[in-house]
Amino acid sequence: MSAILEIIDAGLAVSVQDRGRAGYRNIGVPVSGALDPVLMAAANELAGNASEAAVLEVGLSGPSLKALSGTVRVGLSGEMGAQLVNTRGQVLKVAPWQTATLFPGDVIRIGGVSHGVGYVALSGGVQVAEQLGSRSTYLRAAIGGVQGRAPRVGDRLQCDAVRGDPWLEFRARAPWHHDTGPIRVILGPQEDHFTREAVENFLSRPYAVTRDMDRMGLRLDGEKLAHNEKGAEIVSDGVAPGTIQVPANGQPIVLMADCQTSGGYPKIATVIRADLPRLAHVRPGDELRFVAVSHAEAAAALRDQVQRLAAWVGMIQSFRPPGVIDEAALYGANLICGAVRGDEWTLHGVNLQYGAHHG
Amino acid sequence: MTNELAHPPARLLSVGDAAWTVEFGNAIDPAIHGRVLGFSSLLDTLSNDGRLDGVVEWVPTFRSVTVHFDPLRTDALALHDLLAELAGKSGSLSAAGCRWRIPVCFDADCAPDLDEVAAAKGMSREEVVRLMTETVFTVYMLGFLPGFPYLGGLPEALDMPRLATPRKVVPSRSIAIAGRMCAAYPWESPGGWRLLGRTPLRLFDAANARRPALLAPGDQVVWQAVDRETFDAFERECAAGRFDLSSLLTEGETA
Repeated sequence: MSAILEIIDAGLAVSVQDRGRAGYRNIGVPVSGALDPVLMAAANELAGNASEAAVLEVGLSGPSLKALSGTVRVGLSGEMGAQLVNTRGQVLKVAPWQTATLFPGDVIRIGGVSHGVGYVALSGGVQVAEQLGSRSTYLRAAIGGVQGRAPRVGDRLQCDAVRGDPWLEFRARAPWHHDTGPIRVILGPQEDHFTREAVENFLSRPYAVTRDMDRMGLRLDGEKLAHNEKGAEIVSDGVAPGTIQVPANGQPIVLMADCQTSGGYPKIATVIRADLPRLAHVRPGDELRFVAVSHAEAAAALRDQVQRLAAWVGMIQSFRPPGVIDEAALYGANLICGAVRGDEWTLHGVNLQYGAHHG
Repeated sequence: MTNELAHPPARLLSVGDAAWTVEFGNAIDPAIHGRVLGFSSLLDTLSNDGRLDGVVEWVPTFRSVTVHFDPLRTDALALHDLLAELAGKSGSLSAAGCRWRIPVCFDADCAPDLDEVAAAKGMSREEVVRLMTETVFTVYMLGFLPGFPYLGGLPEALDMPRLATPRKVVPSRSIAIAGRMCAAYPWESPGGWRLLGRTPLRLFDAANARRPALLAPGDQVVWQAVDRETFDAFERECAAGRFDLSSLLTEGETA
């Protein structure tokens, strides 16, 4: 069964994203997709979806959504919470890294993301039309998303109604943490266009994130990376998200999900897949350090991330929230039991406690 | 296909842990581009036979082919060795795509840089238009924007550097030149190329799943000057989705 949600506040920097649009880079179409596919998977797992179902990516502040028909489970990942206002006027606080289920008439107001991006998964995934094999939004060419654009007030998003028990919510036992430490890169494809000192600087000096950042790229500021006699322009060749190009001014630009498919600046290195999601969370002024790794190390890091995510998903727990009519709980004796996380759900400003696992 | 021994070996370059660039040279050159087309064609064949497991897609450029793969499904170093071997085996292909006659309006409002180019080259407007419309251009690659074609073959007489200060907005469908290259902007975008005309055609249509980009690497293009009235009529037909693109193919060629 399907469900429909209406956008009643569009939020800021919100777009529909999925794993991206592979297969069209040969005609100049960027791959796009979630800036942090790990957190996209996390939101989807919470909502009971396939890990690559289309989600709403929130860059600044989240949207407000009203369930018009059907019962919808909303999963949140990233440092981003929400408020659920139900049809009885109750206001429930929804913590990050958990789900909230909307019955027809309920409204969820998703808050700001404290840094980087957060993801909103809807049960069954956001079902906008696929274009060129993906629902991901690429604004410049009006591909994917909601008719080629970001969601607007009044848009209606379709998803699946909750299967199974709608009184059950899900939460992560702990937030997902990305790896820390220097950003791992593989040198090339044009590290031979730089002086030896430039490569050493790149791998030893900090590079500060500037305000000039979007889904296409991230400009950094630091010790100038000097090109050698081969120069600061090349005959255009292929790039990928994570590629670090260096124009004549010597300041690196890290390409992100919406990057062009080819470029004419020498590329000193490319961020490995396992670390690229971390760059979705940097803020202006943050300092990045880079370290060169081998293909074997990069592959091991990615496999490790996949295993870590599987372990994280394995620890998602269900719980019965208070503040909703919970017949099962009414008939089962114990309303308050087990481990307590007092900060999650608030009814009229009063913290309510609930059992860790009634499921 | 030409003799593989005549070719210098390709270089393989890392583009992170999920792509290899197979580089055949570092110039804009029909011979190098022929190897790009030959290698891409070999990858097409192997992929159709299911023999490129884990390879997601590949992107031909002027001088190289970037092969994107899923590092969870493909061992990067094994793929490196396979691609190096294939690059040694693949031959050259000459441009063998479609041959298009594409309408272009050279009126002043569609061609804001035409007078300046003519003046810089000591030519009349008509001479510049004649050179543009007599040339058979070849599509080397698509990139920069969806459906943005880089065309080689611009006569040396029209070789001009990019604008010192790029425009913040290049109107969509502009036909532009820079260096020895020509291009067409499918989308409104910033850009530093010199604008010599405008086509009424949609160069990219995401709703056309079979061929979203009008042009493909290896295609040939001849610009055909049209007057304002014809331009407007074409534009209306395109907007209404009634335009038959196959009418632009030169006789004897197929899409």
